[in-house]
Amino acid sequence: MSDSHGAYFIPEPSRWPIVGTLALFTMFVGGGMVLNGYISNGQYVLGLGFLALIYLFYGWFKDVIDESLAGRYNEQVDISFRWGMSWFIFSEVMFFAAFFGALFYTRVLSVPWLGGDSVTNTFLWPDFQAVWPLLTTPDMSIAGLESKYMAIREVIPAWGVPAANTAILLSSGATVTFAHWALKNGNRTGLCWWLAATVALGFFFVYLQAIEYGHAYHELDLTLNSGVYGSTFFMLTGFHGFHVTMGATMLLVILFRSMKGHFSAHNHFAFEGVAWYWHFVDVVWLGLFVFVYWI
Amino acid sequence: MSEAVLHDDHHDHKPTGIGRWLFSTNHKDIGTMYLVFALIMFFVGGAMSMVIRAELFQPGMQYVDPQFYNSMVTVHALVMIFGALMPAGVGLANWMIPMMIGAPDMALPRMNNMSFWILPFAFTLLLSTFFMQGGAPAGGWTMYPPLVLQLGDGLPYLVFAVHFLGVSSIMGAINIIATVFNMRAPGMTFMRLPLFVWAWIITAFLLIAAMPVLAGGVTMLLTDKFFGTAFFDAAGGGDPVMFQHIFWFFGHPEVYILVLPAFGVISQIIPTFARKPLFGYTSMVYATASIAFLSFFVWAHHMFTVGMPLTGELFFMYATMSIAVPTGVKIFNWMATMWKGSMTFETPMLFAIGVLFMFSLGGFSGLMMGITPVDFQYHDTYFIVAHFHYVIVPGIIFGLMGGIYFWLPKWTGNMYDEKLGKLHFWSSTISVNILFFPMHFIGLAGMPRRIPDYSVQFADWNAIISLGGFAFGLSQLILVWVVIKCVRGGEKATDQVWEGAHGLEWTLPSPPPFHTFTTPPEVTDATAHS
Repeated sequence: MSDSHGAYFIPEPSRWPIVGTLALFTMFVGGGMVLNGYISNGQYVLGLGFLALIYLFYGWFKDVIDESLAGRYNEQVDISFRWGMSWFIFSEVMFFAAFFGALFYTRVLSVPWLGGDSVTNTFLWPDFQAVWPLLTTPDMSIAGLESKYMAIREVIPAWGVPAANTAILLSSGATVTFAHWALKNGNRTGLCWWLAATVALGFFFVYLQAIEYGHAYHELDLTLNSGVYGSTFFMLTGFHGFHVTMGATMLLVILFRSMKGHFSAHNHFAFEGVAWYWHFVDVVWLGLFVFVYWI
Repeated sequence: MSEAVLHDDHHDHKPTGIGRWLFSTNHKDIGTMYLVFALIMFFVGGAMSMVIRAELFQPGMQYVDPQFYNSMVTVHALVMIFGALMPAGVGLANWMIPMMIGAPDMALPRMNNMSFWILPFAFTLLLSTFFMQGGAPAGGWTMYPPLVLQLGDGLPYLVFAVHFLGVSSIMGAINIIATVFNMRAPGMTFMRLPLFVWAWIITAFLLIAAMPVLAGGVTMLLTDKFFGTAFFDAAGGGDPVMFQHIFWFFGHPEVYILVLPAFGVISQIIPTFARKPLFGYTSMVYATASIAFLSFFVWAHHMFTVGMPLTGELFFMYATMSIAVPTGVKIFNWMATMWKGSMTFETPMLFAIGVLFMFSLGGFSGLMMGITPVDFQYHDTYFIVAHFHYVIVPGIIFGLMGGIYFWLPKWTGNMYDEKLGKLHFWSSTISVNILFFPMHFIGLAGMPRRIPDYSVQFADWNAIISLGGFAFGLSQLILVWVVIKCVRGGEKATDQVWEGAHGLEWTLPSPPPFHTFTTPPEVTDATAHS
């Protein structure tokens, strides 16, 4: 597992970092072109960047997996990966914190101010009422249908699909733990089945979320364009849904690797890293369920 | 495994050609790339400041149109902060941290390479906006909406460049944390770490906590512009001021992200040239950590005039003042280290002492602005410009330059030209004060910042300031000359380089071989930092 020389592992020069940089750069260039209205050319650049990114993930992780399977990693490398993954997850937490911060700021400060706790109300929108969920925006109180924002018919109640999704994600947190227990007991069949259940629950969550979005857009007039309620709603649930998709995809890869027998009872950091990520996604959802849907 | 062992056996076996740099997994090469990139961007950002000072040399409009002037102000800041200062700090970290803690390399060398290579591409995105419809960002580096949303085709690229730089910084920070927590040589306990390493761990935590928040903030700018969201639009129930809160929640820790590595450097330099152990090591560690912790609770002192509730103004005033306490501890400890030391004044020490004097000046004007009622007077004047440039230029940049002179002999194996180094220090010190000190006067007299023209009463001081600026800009060419000269040759440096130097990095040859500490050294109290 470790080489004879001081037990350090230093990887050889690798082309993946520069490939990754170029992939992201291409995506940014293409994304910017699309946003600026050069859609037909931009989408090709964006797509090219995306393909390069997939190539990157495939290639970089293949190298790492090969090195790991060749027994080149020692315990120190394992711990470095653990530090890396845990602080990456922390950075993700802070990314969501920005959007949660925006939600709390609007609910606690800016909407009440607009509704009469400040002079803005008197001078600009005297008829605007501060309520949450905010179905109509301040400028609708003057512009009506001419407003640049769309009034919301109804918001999504907490105790329907969101509650079901909460149950789904919480169960998937349990199934991934059962998978871990099976792995630790050297029970590969149990590991694969529990993992498969987790992946299925994850994608089922995304599926329900997609249905819910369709319902919001088509029946409820709840869109990105319906003022700050729609903005915070879709940014928080959207980025979360994106992370669930990523997490479920990562779990799927781990499932394939489990089926191939890549993990041993003692050596399976890739599994654990993805499981951490899955729990993180789960916890963020609980925050969403409470603060976006419920109260 | 075979190749890794091969590397260990042939210590100076280096990859060759362009691939050595593009595919590098070597902390020394990556550190060099960071430092060279930072130096280049220092001159790019510096050239923009020269345009600003040329325009402001006289009242009236001379050389550039106001829009371009605003772009210069905005991009100068972005380039200097994200392109020069942060990469210079990370470059020093890359070079020194593994050698200081007795590690063979950074913990995650491939990711290390990616965090560097992102930088040139991110700045390609940012600087390409100069050639786009609507020009480069011109709403200030703080990117406040709604002004920034009026930018043309450049907006997505501004936002993406910030995202990209954030990815780079987060990767770099994760790497530093993993390295220090996991790669220390046996016996290198936390309380034996050199202070530069301590400063960098704390900086890394700041980066991980602050950069994602900025990424979230600029993402909301993007969706407000292109997807109809209303985060920063009061008409939709949002609030433009909310962006300022999000931005400065990142922005204030960012100030300490810039300054702590420089503090770390001078904590290495001062004991070396005072030939005394650092006074109050433990208190230094706790003071640095306290500064970092407090930096998350002071952000709204950048926004005292924005119309916050009185409670907020008071809270942020007191919180801001409280940061002076741990900062004072640090300044006190540096001075106490020099007290009764056998001091010599080589270039690194001159820079370090320069930091003590001039950073403190910036700190004092910061305290003045921390007082809410008087800040109403200073806000958006040249007094602010004077304050943060004192902190950044003779504070942070002098600290980093001190580090460059301090470690250049270790990196290259050659002593730099001491005469030229001293010339660089003195010409920089004199010109930087001519450049920034009078800004206090014109600021208090009411000259607003970020405006290309001004009332004639400010003409004399502005001319003097511009002359100081040009002199400072020219002085930096001396640095380039010193570095090139030192790389090319010079008096051979010993392993220890400086008589008073202690620590693992000084036990290695100068220059150190391509791979160092492939077998971990044993660290005891005697071989740890002094």
